[in-house]
Amino acid sequence: MSEVTLQAGQSNSLLAFHRRMLRDKPLGGIGGLIFALFLFCGIFADLIAPYGMNETDMRRVLQAPSLAHWMGTDHIGRDVFSRILHGAQLSVIIGFLAAGLATVLSIVLGVLTGYFGGKADMLIQRFVDAWMTFPDLVLLIVVVSIVGPGEGQIIIILGCLYGIAGSRIIRGSTIAVRENMYTHAAQSMGASTLHVLWFHVLPNVMPVVIVLFTTRVGAVILAEAGLSFLGLGIPPPVPTWGSMLSGGGRTYMYVGPWLALAPGLALTVVVYSINVYGDALRDMLDPRMRGR
Amino acid sequence: MNPLLAISDLSVTFATDRGQVQALDGVSLSLNAGETLAVVGESGSGKSVTALSIMGLLGDSGRVSDGSIEFDGEDLTKVSGQRLREIRGNQIAFIFQEPMSSLNPVLTIGTQVAEPIWLHHKKSWSEAFEQAGELLRRVAIPDAVNRLEDYPHQFSGGMRQRVMIAMALACQPKLIIADEPTTALDVTVQAQILSLLKNLTKEANSSLILITHDLGVVARYADNVAVMYGGRVIETASARELYKNPQHPYTEGLMASIPKLDGDPGSRLYTIEGQPPDLSNLPSGCSFNPRCPHAQDKCIMTKPTLSEVAPNHLRACFGYER
Repeated sequence: MSEVTLQAGQSNSLLAFHRRMLRDKPLGGIGGLIFALFLFCGIFADLIAPYGMNETDMRRVLQAPSLAHWMGTDHIGRDVFSRILHGAQLSVIIGFLAAGLATVLSIVLGVLTGYFGGKADMLIQRFVDAWMTFPDLVLLIVVVSIVGPGEGQIIIILGCLYGIAGSRIIRGSTIAVRENMYTHAAQSMGASTLHVLWFHVLPNVMPVVIVLFTTRVGAVILAEAGLSFLGLGIPPPVPTWGSMLSGGGRTYMYVGPWLALAPGLALTVVVYSINVYGDALRDMLDPRMRGR
Repeated sequence: MNPLLAISDLSVTFATDRGQVQALDGVSLSLNAGETLAVVGESGSGKSVTALSIMGLLGDSGRVSDGSIEFDGEDLTKVSGQRLREIRGNQIAFIFQEPMSSLNPVLTIGTQVAEPIWLHHKKSWSEAFEQAGELLRRVAIPDAVNRLEDYPHQFSGGMRQRVMIAMALACQPKLIIADEPTTALDVTVQAQILSLLKNLTKEANSSLILITHDLGVVARYADNVAVMYGGRVIETASARELYKNPQHPYTEGLMASIPKLDGDPGSRLYTIEGQPPDLSNLPSGCSFNPRCPHAQDKCIMTKPTLSEVAPNHLRACFGYER
């Protein structure tokens, strides 16, 4: 009969997926590679950094990039490349934890308000509206100056900040999924609300969640750098890209431009590659481009 | 013997922007175990709403305002949400109109067929999954076991509707409600699906409510028929009786509208004049009166109720000279 099945080119392995991304979306694929490299550096910073993050060598102060010091040294003789690697570690930790917290918060708020609607939805979303009218940085500065700087505080604050704003996006796609026949079909099968949410709504919101997460990682890293630049981030001597920019980077910009260029470029390249990678992910996970 | 399902005097209203709309007005139906009842009517006649209210799935805006739905000794309009969830999928199964959108695109077919078994029969997931393979074989999906890991987009429309039937049969329900199960399918596939549905429900000794607007389907698969119009049941009879001897002018009009093989080629098809009524603004009296060729003053003044014209043959009409 007419029942011919089409074998869709759907790959199950992560590796094959990214190989396909490199072929179809080269920019996103390269972004993904840089992102992976950044993750690798962040995780193994202690092992691959040629020098300790606070190892000073007063004989080699403000040296230009060389074979011994790939990105030069700063005003107290620390190796900039090693500090960039350690900064990556901190960025990975903060980026992933804060973006993870933000995503979980967005999912909980967004799925619940989107699926149930009604008065609670009204109230919570008006709160989100009010929250979003504050510029991020102002909110951050106010809260950090109250609770004080520190890794834990920054993760929680950034997580809440982006989580609440992001719930709007998850809510939108939840509403779209809720109206689909299969959620009604699941209900007609006797599934409880929790079951419907977990097995039918959440997997269908997942593509949005993935993209939200990757863009949040970039945004959080940038926000952390901004805070550290203002002196409200992670207290020294732990190197972060933001504090490297504001400390040695700004003061010795004319004598040693590599001090500002190195963290600035690292920040730009990493955030940019995470964003293009997220875009490519979204394109490739779009259900309209899947199957037939 | 008590009927398996007895709907009596069911009224359902929906809250809309324009106020309350009465979608069902005093609907009564009954169905015995093992029987097939066809509910026919045009869009907006209330056939889907009847089905959804049996399942308790009217949504936030719909409400049963009057009447009862007696299923196997329980009034479904009064049972708790918990009990309703136990009944849904387990004792009453529902097959939706659109197989294209009734399956979750991100879960495998096997997962979705195993889901009701796992939900209701408290079996381990692997047992449920194994049973899902058996069910797919019963609905004649070739190479069933190997297709459990496939996703819905790898199935055609007809096959997806077979999957829906497999899901409906999963827990051996006493009643299966199929809401226009073949409307979205190819004509050639329609007959296959309906025969499959009919045979499998017969095997399981389940009852079937077949909601359709296709009178050909009714003639072939139903034991009894209820014709709905404007939120009311206007005629009920056995399928054979209804074809031989339609009593309501609307039913008569529907029968006359069917193209016939032995009809005069080139002659125009019969149509019922006018439009189906707007539920928020029904005509007074019999809601069919603006379109009825036999309407009298009485029809505009008062609503006719169902009355027996022949044994087991009811109609809601004051009667007219033919």
